[in-house]
Amino acid sequence: MALAVFVLVALIGYELARGSQPALHKFGWHFLFSSDWDPGSDNYGALPFIFGTLVSSLIALVIAVPISVATAVYLTELAPLWVRQPLIMFIELLAAIPSVILGFWGLFVMVPWLHDHLFPGLRSMLGFLPLFRGPDYGPCMLAAGIILAIMIVPIITSVSREILRSVPGLQREAAYALGATRWEVTRIAVLSYAKKGIFGAVILGLGRALGETMAVTMVIGNSPQFVASLFQPGSTLASWIANQFTEAIGDLFYSSLFELGLVLLGVTVLVNIFAQLLLKTFAGPSVKPQH
Amino acid sequence: MNNSYKTDYTPNQKMKKIILSLLGCGCLLAVGNGLQAQTLINGAGSTFDYPAFTKWFEAYGETHPDVRFNYQSIGSGGGQKQLLNQTVDFGASDAPMKDEAMAKAPGKILHFPVVAGGVAIMYNLPGAPKLKLDGDTLANIYLGNIRKWNDPKITALNPGVDLPDLAIVPVYRTEGSGTTFIFTDYLSAINPVWADTVGKSTSVKWPAGIGLGAKGSEGVAGQVKQISGAIGYGELAYADQSKIPYANMKNSSGNFISPAPDSVSAALATAHIPDDFRFSMVNASGADAYPIAGASWVLVYQQQKSADHGKKLVDFLKWAVTDGQKISSTLDYAPLPDSVQQRELSVLDTIKY
Repeated sequence: MALAVFVLVALIGYELARGSQPALHKFGWHFLFSSDWDPGSDNYGALPFIFGTLVSSLIALVIAVPISVATAVYLTELAPLWVRQPLIMFIELLAAIPSVILGFWGLFVMVPWLHDHLFPGLRSMLGFLPLFRGPDYGPCMLAAGIILAIMIVPIITSVSREILRSVPGLQREAAYALGATRWEVTRIAVLSYAKKGIFGAVILGLGRALGETMAVTMVIGNSPQFVASLFQPGSTLASWIANQFTEAIGDLFYSSLFELGLVLLGVTVLVNIFAQLLLKTFAGPSVKPQH
Repeated sequence: MNNSYKTDYTPNQKMKKIILSLLGCGCLLAVGNGLQAQTLINGAGSTFDYPAFTKWFEAYGETHPDVRFNYQSIGSGGGQKQLLNQTVDFGASDAPMKDEAMAKAPGKILHFPVVAGGVAIMYNLPGAPKLKLDGDTLANIYLGNIRKWNDPKITALNPGVDLPDLAIVPVYRTEGSGTTFIFTDYLSAINPVWADTVGKSTSVKWPAGIGLGAKGSEGVAGQVKQISGAIGYGELAYADQSKIPYANMKNSSGNFISPAPDSVSAALATAHIPDDFRFSMVNASGADAYPIAGASWVLVYQQQKSADHGKKLVDFLKWAVTDGQKISSTLDYAPLPDSVQQRELSVLDTIKY
């Protein structure tokens, strides 16, 4: 069974590579470093989309990780029972909302609100950073990051909660016995014990964020460009494929979209490998939670 | 236990046999019927045409029970591709097929314009004033040279309208679309800078850092409706549905025209249409012609493989470009003028089957 997963990934990779043959031949490695996407002159490059995918997912992680971990800790360590059950139910409900619905909500409710309330505030407080400068129209990279954060919070929270629950009670009792306060118990005995597992939960959320398509397409503004400002529209690999596929006329155009898919697969694999390395280097000799 | 199993078993088997044979008969009958009476014509392509096709198939089917249609509204690109792969009887596309693609085809492909429509320039301004615009101003807005609504070029076209000091947010279709082809075709015809830097295509490289992309005409209409100061383009039907104001555009005779079906028909009547029907009707010369308009084509092979399919397809197309036009005009498409209808009929007669 485990082998089947390998075969499946290899097959997907092979099919994508086959579909992208014309583009692979024409552009070679240049495809990865070109920021041109011009169907008029048949020149294609993936760089703005790689950039958009990474930036939007990073924003999502920055927002979602603290919220999710804090929620998971609250649910396992602090919350009284009558709060716990309804809250868990709500979080799981959030995970079940189809992304197209979230996208619509994002476009018609969240984006106007961000445009009217959050963005002016961010600009006046953090406007000295290039990230929060320039005009905003509503749909933008930051909006995409926020909608992604909303989508991955339930995933990271649920998995982290399971991890925290698997921390043996003895750990906590031992820390209490040493005279630790409640916060110290959570920090030293629970969180550091569950570090690796939580990291795994984050990677799971990241995987979702990298590949998310519909909701992002609706709020990101769909413009392939490199700009520092998060108020500007951008585009991700997945959203661009979804947008362009139906009306891709011409072999090179079509195969370039396949190659974007191949790049997305590559980016996902690389990010996962990188995360594993990061875990090995920095997590140190902590104990893995038992499952 | 064993006994009861056995007694249960045989009736079950019998039932299965009866059901299976009944099903088999049903299938045979259905297939027999289909072979005898109905021909299935397959088509694929443009989403812009889809509402027209749906109505046509329904109306045509009432008088011609011997033919049935199946149309996949997968986009112009898909329509062209499927026609080239010969998996459909006809393709439908919002842009004429390029010469390179025609050269690759296994046979000669004919183009037949079946519907035409205008592209409305929608905008969102406080108070929703009625605006007049011209092509050069529009090109400069999308090029990023005009960035405020109170720019002298816009105020000069609209004396008496109080235009605010508001940033213009151009909205465009992010995916390839026939509407984008018509829009960029028009801007290329008017503005040489646009023709050199952006050009015309179903999907173009929009000037960097200007405006927003939205998916679908409904997406563009939605964004324009939400963003104060936005401007966008889309089929008239979407502007009407969303109650978004649209501009009167200056045509080549200097008149400001609204994108109603009549003014698109006026453009069709005066557009220069070559014998292969691969034409552009932007900036047409008629006094009442709306300048941003385009047609959508049905693409078929001149040499049909099957006599039955070929004949029925040609009959249908003859009907669609003549009687069918009365039906499609109820859907905001502009009817084809008589002269174009007659020319199409004579070319349809050259199809061999």
